[in-house]
Amino acid sequence: MKCRICRAKAAVNLRQHNMALCKEHFLDWIPAQAERFIKKYKMFSHSERILVAVSGGKDSLSLWDILNRLGYQADGLYICLGIDEGIHYSAESQRLAEKFASGRGLKLHVVDIQKEYKEAIPALTIQSRHGRKADCSICGLVKRHEMNRIARDFGYDVLATGHNLDDEAAVLFGNTLHWAGEYLLRQGPLLLGKPGMARKAKPLCRFYEREMLAYALLRGIEYIYDECPLSIGSTSIYYKEMLNHLETDRPGAKLSFYLSFLEARRAGLFIEHSQIQAELHPCPNCGQPTSSSDVCSFCRLVQGQVS
Amino acid sequence: MVKLILRKQEYEVRAGMTLLAALQKAGILIAGIIATRRGELIEEDEILQEGDVILLISAISGG
Repeated sequence: MKCRICRAKAAVNLRQHNMALCKEHFLDWIPAQAERFIKKYKMFSHSERILVAVSGGKDSLSLWDILNRLGYQADGLYICLGIDEGIHYSAESQRLAEKFASGRGLKLHVVDIQKEYKEAIPALTIQSRHGRKADCSICGLVKRHEMNRIARDFGYDVLATGHNLDDEAAVLFGNTLHWAGEYLLRQGPLLLGKPGMARKAKPLCRFYEREMLAYALLRGIEYIYDECPLSIGSTSIYYKEMLNHLETDRPGAKLSFYLSFLEARRAGLFIEHSQIQAELHPCPNCGQPTSSSDVCSFCRLVQGQVS
Repeated sequence: MVKLILRKQEYEVRAGMTLLAALQKAGILIAGIIATRRGELIEEDEILQEGDVILLISAISGG
């Protein structure tokens, strides 16, 4: 298999594009495509300040690397979730995020959930109404709240996350199985900001997870390889594996699923967002926007832990 | 023989087949991994040689 550009031996085969690239041209291609997606979806400009949510994983660190290479003003945010499970998962993730930042002279904000709210994710999850040890939705709720808080408090224009196409396709698959209309309307490369809520962008949303892994490996980015020990057996990983069966037989199926959804929504398949959008108001406790008539979901979660 | 290693799991396949055929034999989806040999990325048409140790790195993460 040869590189489409220089005919040298290919390092990565992009089956969905019917194209293979050598290391050098793949490492050029990814940032160039990311820049194209940032512009296409009007995510942000070079004059804006970007907060990149970094987990220590391949996607978020690669995103930070790409934005830095493209000359964007991108600082990082690491949220320590306090997950250990015998492999020091959070401690190791934080070490790698800090190493990445210090090695490149980049600014990294660190938030420790246990220090802020007296309990880390495992305890918050067990004590939540869900009552299960592992629940990615609780972790997601906490991360979204904290990302928005730091973006707001430090005056960032936009929050960027490392969601890749496999993440997006898995979420889309789940929401479609349940016909979760409101979630389907919200999903996309860009979520516009509202008063008290930062704009959110996903510059990697059209790259396969496999491509982001190849990018991290070829770029020499040191990332945490272990899966989150609390996510093993999660529904999203199950959906990703199912979609990979489809992709193996039908190259391009995941990309087509996601892009066709975006196009169908743009063409009016779903009702206008304004028709069902809940009215938001500031949470009386933390001030972040919520549709709840009382305090927001995050504050309900940490009630009892916050003094 | 050729050894494929994915996380803590090891698989043995015959030399002389392509990476894609070896993965199919082991029941591993190429869409979910990157394969490396001696630190270099290899793709599906690569012919596996006797004694090769292929490290398979899972792409799937998240929750």
